[in-house]
Amino acid sequence: MSANEQNFDGAKGDEVDVSSAAAEPSRSHGIPGAKTLLDVRDIRTHFRTPRGVLKAVDGVSFTLERGRTLGVVGESGSGKSVLSRSIMRLLPKSNTIHSGEVLFEGRDLSGLTESELRGLWGNEISMIFQDPMTALNPVMKIGPQITESLRLHLDMSKGEARETAVALLRAVRIPEPEKRFNGYPHEMSGGMRQRIVIAVALACGPRLLFADEPTTALDVTVQAQILDLLAEQQRERYMAMVLVTHDLGVVASRADEIAVMYAGRIVERAPTKELFANLKMPYTESLLAAIPRLDQPSHSRLEAIGGRPPDLVNPPTGCPFSPRCPYARERCTQETPQLVTVDGHDGHEFACFYPVGSPETEERRVEIATRKGAA
Amino acid sequence: MLIIKKLAQLVVAVILVTLFASLLLEFLPGDAADVLAPSASDQQREQIREDIGLHDSFPVRYTRWLGNFVTGDFGNYYTVSSKRPVADRLWDALPVSLLLMLYAQVVALVIAIPVAVLAAYRKDTWFDRLTNVSAFAMLAVPNFALGFILQYYLGVKLGWFKSSGYARITENPVEHFQYMILPTITLAVGQVAVYQRLLRTDMIATLREDFILMAKAKGLKAKRILFRHALKPSSLTLLTVAGLNVGTLIGGALIVEVVFSLPGMGLLIFEAISRRQIVAFQSMIAVVAILYILVNFIVDLLYTVLDPRIRRTDAE
Repeated sequence: MSANEQNFDGAKGDEVDVSSAAAEPSRSHGIPGAKTLLDVRDIRTHFRTPRGVLKAVDGVSFTLERGRTLGVVGESGSGKSVLSRSIMRLLPKSNTIHSGEVLFEGRDLSGLTESELRGLWGNEISMIFQDPMTALNPVMKIGPQITESLRLHLDMSKGEARETAVALLRAVRIPEPEKRFNGYPHEMSGGMRQRIVIAVALACGPRLLFADEPTTALDVTVQAQILDLLAEQQRERYMAMVLVTHDLGVVASRADEIAVMYAGRIVERAPTKELFANLKMPYTESLLAAIPRLDQPSHSRLEAIGGRPPDLVNPPTGCPFSPRCPYARERCTQETPQLVTVDGHDGHEFACFYPVGSPETEERRVEIATRKGAA
Repeated sequence: MLIIKKLAQLVVAVILVTLFASLLLEFLPGDAADVLAPSASDQQREQIREDIGLHDSFPVRYTRWLGNFVTGDFGNYYTVSSKRPVADRLWDALPVSLLLMLYAQVVALVIAIPVAVLAAYRKDTWFDRLTNVSAFAMLAVPNFALGFILQYYLGVKLGWFKSSGYARITENPVEHFQYMILPTITLAVGQVAVYQRLLRTDMIATLREDFILMAKAKGLKAKRILFRHALKPSSLTLLTVAGLNVGTLIGGALIVEVVFSLPGMGLLIFEAISRRQIVAFQSMIAVVAILYILVNFIVDLLYTVLDPRIRRTDAE
């Protein structure tokens, strides 16, 4: 059990010998422990589209404990936003095919009825949406948008709900909360609106929070404030959080563990420090290289990942990243790599035949560098 | 601020409308007296000219007419030898048309709104398709045909409702509704179809919005999401069209009033035209136009109630 807990702690994970747990490689976190809040087991979410079945999420597993943050990183179209919606079961039923298990406090959400799910939504599991300009109802006052879930889930009276809502507005640092209670969303800036969205999501004291690109639509200066606010609220409430973003920089300092998604799958997963210290997946490396860095000389060319994310209706054979991978070899285009655990680093998994650091990949890296130098 | 601006627009519109109504008399070929009473003697015609003030210049006549109009003097019906005030009949007819319009609108909206909301929520299901087909069927049936059919089957054959005539609501409310039910249904049917289609389309667009998904993620029931979150932002087009319809119906649902012998504005205007009572006609279209403007003024104010963002964009 102690090994299981430490798996989520990047700092300790490096030092502790976890070879015993390595005997059961990819499912070592799946043991339903007392602290495991969310246990996602091989979920798949496919959409029926006119072009064919779109595999938005295709076999994702992870566990999350109370008070912890999992960062889910990927490009647009990697399935990361669909992932949180499928875990919550928020997707429209008509054209969605779900499979796999989602255990929330041991209860399988996939077996729940719509009304049982409604009892969890906004109450024990909440979500923060990407764009605060569109996530709030434009024709409804701020107050009722917060109080309605309080009155629904916690059976509060009108007065109690109002007091709680004003306290929530104060907690997310909205100036003049009593006045804002009667205001409309259009009277506020994007950052303020995202604070309102957070207040709505936190209203009933959820144990699990999905933050779907919570800062993508905001100014850079406001991004840090919102992330700090989320972290602070998370600490106070001992809440688990899934932070979905396309920006490795956002999760680097905020997440305990990072899962990198590509084409509907997790392709690398590790405690944050371990991931940055010892990344294995060429895709992760490309994502990291695409972040502009202050220590590079100015006007140096920003590394972009060539090509496009794969078509999820007709994914390429073999490793879905192989068409864009600078280190891809023949095997990569024929077989699909499965998640394997890094030797001696239980809790670090990746799906690649020739990971960063392997002789084949390093050899190719030298070749590429030489070619660049020659040109 | 917005209300003051809108009120100023209202006053300008009313002046323009009455001005045009007065100009009608100016544009007549020949002489108004010839039109009103062609078979009258020269002396009688001179009497009529004197009475409507044809000897004065247009501005003088317009201001006098406006003065009279504002104080409720709507001019006279003229025959060869006599005259009768228009106001008497107009005040009788106006409530009939207003009530008919009100009933038809209320019935149409009460039916169309829930149907549209459910059709949007259950898009592409049998319910949606059924209401879609019925809407087109309702639109395809002409007013007068439906009126006659209802009148014959429900009024004459089954005798459930009165098929022709009118009773005032203040005098005999039960009979009043018995007379009004069939004309109301006749008018409402076409509007149910239009309102249902409009609201369904806007509602489907609203249901794709992020704030609807967020409302769902709060754990709210579908009914609350649809009626508390989605209906208000979806109803702007509906309100516009309903407002325009109200205006049109004040002028009288002519055919329906004729079919059911309802003594409303439509019948009155029709009669004024066919009897060439241009003075009466002038006052009637002025009254109708003013009510039309007033209704749309109210609709404008309702926009800001439905969507608070309009208050700001208009002020800027």
